[in-house]
Parts: sequence; C-alpha cells; structure tokens
Amino acid sequence: MNIKHHLDEATLVSYAAGSMSQAMALVTACHLSMCPQCRERLAHSEAMGGVILDALPPAEVAEDSLQKLLACIDEESDIEAVLLDRPDINRPHKDHSDKGIPTALGDYIGGSLANVEWKRIVPGVYFHDLPCKSERGGVSRLLRIAPGKAMLPHSHDGNELTLILQGSFSDEIGRFTVGDIADLDSEVEHQPLVDSDVDCICLIATDAPLKFSTLLGKIVQPMTGF
Amino acid sequence: MENKPPGEDVENVVAMPSMSNRLSGADPDWSEMLSRLAESKDKTLYIALFRHFAPRVKSYLIRLGLVDTVAEELMQETMLAVWRKSHLYNSNKAAASTWIFTLARNKSIDLMRKQKYPEYDLEEWQEEPDHQDNPCEQGVISDRMNSAINTLPENQAQVIYMSFFEGRSHADISDRLGVPLGSVKSRIRLASEKLKTMWRDGV
Repeated sequence: MNIKHHLDEATLVSYAAGSMSQAMALVTACHLSMCPQCRERLAHSEAMGGVILDALPPAEVAEDSLQKLLACIDEESDIEAVLLDRPDINRPHKDHSDKGIPTALGDYIGGSLANVEWKRIVPGVYFHDLPCKSERGGVSRLLRIAPGKAMLPHSHDGNELTLILQGSFSDEIGRFTVGDIADLDSEVEHQPLVDSDVDCICLIATDAPLKFSTLLGKIVQPMTGF
Repeated sequence: MENKPPGEDVENVVAMPSMSNRLSGADPDWSEMLSRLAESKDKTLYIALFRHFAPRVKSYLIRLGLVDTVAEELMQETMLAVWRKSHLYNSNKAAASTWIFTLARNKSIDLMRKQKYPEYDLEEWQEEPDHQDNPCEQGVISDRMNSAINTLPENQAQVIYMSFFEGRSHADISDRLGVPLGSVKSRIRLASEKLKTMWRDGV
C-alpha cells in the first residue's frame, strides 16, 4: 500500500483529544490502521494529552478508592490464573485475518465488505448508513460507486473525511487509492470521479450537510440523505 | 456535538493549567515503573502509580464535565485498566502519562456516547517504522513539551485546551469563539506544529 494522502494535523489533534464525533473518529481510526506514518504523527498529538494530564492540579480522590482497587486486583489474580490455562478465551478474537478492512469498521459490518447491504441512490451509486453518531446533520456511511461514475460536484460547510477501501477516484485535488484519505473542509469544492475498473468503496463522515453546486445536486439531496 | 458534556454554561476562556510548578528531573520515571509493573505485577509499583496518576485522571474527567461521583467511578475504572492492560504498554512508543491519558479518554467517551471509541489496529497492516527511541528520552520529551505548551500564544493554547479538556469538535469551537472553522483548524495546526518542532529540537 502506497499512501499519498494523509490526515490533516488538526484532525489528528482532534482524534487524540477525543473531541471529534464518533463518525469522524471511525474514519480517522481506519486510516490510522492502514497508515504507519499517521500513527507516528498521532503519537506526538497524544503525547500532548499526556503532558497536560501530568500537569493538572490533582483532584481529591475518595479515601477508599485505592483499597477498593487493590481488593479488586487481588480477586482478579485468581481468575486470571484460571483464564491463562484457557488460551481460547484469553486470545483476542480476530475476525479480519484477510486484512480486508480495519477492525474498527469491521465491528460495525460483521467483519467484511461482502456482508454489507447496499441501498441504491441512482444507478451505479450505492450507500450503507453506519450507526455512528455524527454532528450537525452530518453522515456516517459507506459509499459504493461504479467505474466511470462521478459524485455530483459539492463543497462543505464543515469537515468531510473520505477513506478509500477499494478502487480509486480522482478529483480536483488528485488521485486517491486504497488507504488514502481526503480530509477536506469548506475551502474545497470537488467532484470525485471513479477511475478504477472495480467499484470504488469509501468510508465517509461529514459534520455538516454537503453543499451541492448544481441544480441537480440540490434536487436529489433530500433523497440521498447527504 | 451530539452528546454535549454537562457544564455547557461554564465560561470557556480558561487558562491552561500551570505547568511551572513541576520540578524538572525530580519526578520518578513513571514510564519505567509502568514497564516494570507489567513484568512483575508488583503492587508497591501500582500504588505509587495510583498516588500520582489517579488524582490527575480524576481532575481530567471533572474538566470534561463529569460530576464528582461519576468522575470518581471512571477514574477507578481507568486505574484498574492500568493494572489489567499494563502488558500492552510499550515505553518506546509513549510516556506513561500519555498511555494513561488515552485510557481515561477512551473510558470517558465510551461512557458519554454509549459507543466504543473507534481505535486503530496495531501493526496489523504494515510493519511499523521502528525507530527504537531511547526509552530514557521519554522523560526529556515530556519536559520539553511542557515548556513548549507554556510558550503558545493564548489563542492557540485556548483551542488546544478546548479540544483536550472540553471535548469540543472543530465546529463546536468555531461556534463558541465565533471564528470560522478554517481559523480554528489553522490555530490547532500551528499549535501542534510548533509543539512538535520544539519537541524535536529541544527548547
């Protein structure tokens, strides 16, 4: 995998701080799974959290909290000893050994893109809504677009994250292939065109409805839920 | 944000926590202690870590807007996770404070959203570029970052504070401060880049 399009610095900080919507965090986590370079950048952002945590004025904790925890731990040591003898319970389950998709997404769609039930918007364009909370009327969904098809030209009031899981597309910014992320905000208007021989499947999140720049886009918007 | 933390009415212009009272170099090496805890499961190490971090984790959770009883409970869950998951801690990759911060962050999000915070896979897709940072340097890095944060201009420190301690999204910060989304993001970018540079090159 040769990833050329990465996360914006501001997006990484927001993920590290835990301050982005669930929908945005899902796309971010999936890109991080696929991109060692962004994982390393994230480590710096998370270190900010660590340093600030360390410098906070200590709050008063309940008098018995340490005792409670120690009691809890004592009890657990026995259970742990039992569990260690049963590796099948102890081992974390791994459904996605084919490396098809990151675990964070797999958790929502039964482990594979093959299981997704698609709804058609127009011929060649399908979507599947995910149950992640977004904010301000944004969406959390998978989008599947056939070769040669284009999204309607649009811009954004807020942020839009698009991660390529299969196939590729090109727009005004460049060419996006598997693992690439388009991390865009209101300054960009674009019209992605699928240029792979297979369907292009993307994971997207927005935190505001898209702004379509054509009349057709404005007309179909209510039907598509964008 | 869908689930606004309580404390919406709290005035948001708050100074960054003061970092000047740290005695540089005098702190124990928490990262080294946490690594040893994973191997030895030594309770005296755990108690020392608890005494240092538990009050800070609780302080963080209160800042996020949780009431005292909930913050207390979540702090205990976080500190229990420190014991349970210590074998996953890698001192080459993060300082103890950073790792514990992420545990507390994930706990608070799981609770407030009733949805698990999406986490990334570790080393599953590609080999990590293994830098083998000298573990002893984590403490130095923390100290550098510390002084670096203190040098941020106020409007940059504020957006970092609102992200980390009020859990506010970019759009939310933009509303609260009455500045465009693009400006919020560029302030965060500037702050972050500045911290990283200072971190790399020393202050």
